[in-house]
Amino acid sequence: MSVLVLAEHEAGALKPATLNTVAAAVRLGGDVHLLVAGAGVAAVAQVAAQVVGVAKVLVAESEALAHPLAEPLAALIVALAPAYGHILAPATTTGKNVLPRVAALLDVAQVSEIVAVVAPDTFIRPIYAGNALATVRSIDAIKVITVRATGFEPAVASGGAASIEAIAVPGLPGLSRFVEAQLSKSERPELTSARIVISGGRGMQSGDNFHLLESIADKLGAAVGASRAAVDAGFVPNDFQVGQTGKIVAPDLYIAVGISGAIQHLAGMKDSKVIVAINKDEEAPIFQVADYGLVADLFKALPELRQGLS
Amino acid sequence: MKILVAVKRVVDYNVKVRVKSDKSGVETANIKFSMNPFDEIAVEEAVRLKEAGTATEIVAVSVGPQAATETLRTALAMGADRGILVQTEAEIQPLAVAKILKCLAEKEQPGLVLLGKQAIDDDSNQTGQMLAALLGRPQGTFASKLAVADGSVAVTREVDGGLETVALELPAVVTADLRLNEPRYASLPNIMKAKKKPIETVTPEALGVDVAPRLITLSVEEPAKRQAGIKVADVATLVEKLKSEAKVI
Ligand SMILES: Cc1cc2nc3c(=O)[nH]c(=O)nc-3n(C[C@H](O)[C@H](O)[C@H](O)COP(=O)(O)OP(=O)(O)OC[C@H]3O[C@@H](n4cnc5c(N)ncnc54)[C@H](O)[C@@H]3O)c2cc1C
Ligand SMILES: Nc1ncnc2c1ncn2[C@@H]1O[C@H](COP(=O)(O)O)[C@@H](O)[C@H]1O
Repeated sequence: MSVLVLAEHEAGALKPATLNTVAAAVRLGGDVHLLVAGAGVAAVAQVAAQVVGVAKVLVAESEALAHPLAEPLAALIVALAPAYGHILAPATTTGKNVLPRVAALLDVAQVSEIVAVVAPDTFIRPIYAGNALATVRSIDAIKVITVRATGFEPAVASGGAASIEAIAVPGLPGLSRFVEAQLSKSERPELTSARIVISGGRGMQSGDNFHLLESIADKLGAAVGASRAAVDAGFVPNDFQVGQTGKIVAPDLYIAVGISGAIQHLAGMKDSKVIVAINKDEEAPIFQVADYGLVADLFKALPELRQGLS
Repeated sequence: MKILVAVKRVVDYNVKVRVKSDKSGVETANIKFSMNPFDEIAVEEAVRLKEAGTATEIVAVSVGPQAATETLRTALAMGADRGILVQTEAEIQPLAVAKILKCLAEKEQPGLVLLGKQAIDDDSNQTGQMLAALLGRPQGTFASKLAVADGSVAVTREVDGGLETVALELPAVVTADLRLNEPRYASLPNIMKAKKKPIETVTPEALGVDVAPRLITLSVEEPAKRQAGIKVADVATLVEKLKSEAKVI
């Protein structure tokens, strides 16, 4: 049976997590079909057709799909489902919103945030904030799965030559309506796919002080993240949050500044290749996962670090 | 408008769980359990809607063992009016919880069902979405703000790119994110009052819901531990190590 992957896209480009999800799909065996749904998505479909490992791109054009609302998108996927053995989406806020709805409509379980494929019906997923890894087998006929991007190397974005097929869009429910979006704008790389991430916690004391991190991020080409405490205190927007209930990152280098290292934060970054912690409390739990720990006042250390990188 | 709010009894968020030596699960004997933190936020939101005159009655539901009565008592002490315990000792997965909640929603006819966005034990993040699907109703997940007005609810959602607002026709299902509100602590008088509030007990069988798991857990293991790192004396040493040892900058 073939595998259906829900592509996530924005402004004519595929979101990076789509590539990791394709990589997971390839492990399942069978043709991989990438579903590009939206309004005005011809250009994205062309991009999607080049992803290595994708056999076919399904294009669903409809004004009702202009925003990835769960109700119409789930109805569309359910209409396609009988032809597939697996339905996958990235474990982004879009995938997490839509796929459980698909699963329930199909009367199957969803396997959330897999980090490995053991067999086409068996997967590994973290539970308890990543303090345990469960190996689970699905007994359902259709496996509905969200994929944690950090578990899979991304598929190669170009070089493939998938066919492109426009599909008929069924009547879609109009129970919900998109009103507005307030999206954070940044010139820096996207948090979940950046090679380097520098995050600040409550120790930063204010949103203004985040410029100390930003100037270092700009030198390193890094993304800026935060702990929940920093977000709750209003230092930075919600989309900066790294952790169990925020974003999961695994960059080559993660620098945690003024972050104590609660299990909920560690859950979002402990698979980073190299971890640096800067904290004035030498007992802070973050040092237990740090490859390089610096016990220092961040207000002294950050300007020095910026200097040191010049 | 009636509000149904789903509250799960989970291992307290402060407990660092240990995997059982036979790999069948995590150790749950003699550890602290609490209401799932996101569900406290859902209950708080329901209580605020009642205080604002938007809601008239709050019914809290928990699916789980007898001990989940404590979780319901917490919800009642925070301001819920009555509780329903769907009692079972079996392992209950999100699809089954959603089916149980669907039965209860059909009976209670709430205008709004509030859940947490995620249970911090299974980290599934599914139940609200599944319930909305089964009821054929709209969903507002990861809510950081709600505004109810004339048969609809505007939900501001925490999404990867920032915030998004959707308008949902009522009845609707909404799941709470961290920034929706700060849950109150129940006062002692309210804890006392909660003891007198009614809790009805039913079973999944009586509701006619098949709760058999669809995911079979083959093993539960501890993740690989990170190698212990080193402390560096100063920033200069740190930069040097990152350049020549770790080779990441
Ligand atoms: C349901 C739930 C979900 C959660 N999800 C998340 C999540 O996804 N992500 C997340 O991060 N948290 C999450 N949390 C919160 C988590 O439990 C912690 O409260 C949070 O991570 C703490 O943030 P912090 O480390 O910034 O703050 P704190 O724990 O207050 O630590 C601040 C640190 O800064 C240091 N510091 C202070 N001043 C200085 C200075 N001048 N120089 C150097 N160091 C300094 C201190 O020594 C301290 O270690 C969640 C909690 C719950 C209950
Ligand atoms: N056993 C349960 N009893 C009551 N509510 C539950 C139960 N399981 C899940 N929920 C609700 O569904 C939300 C999401 O849970 P989950 O999909 O398991 O991550 C929780 O925050 C609760 O509001």
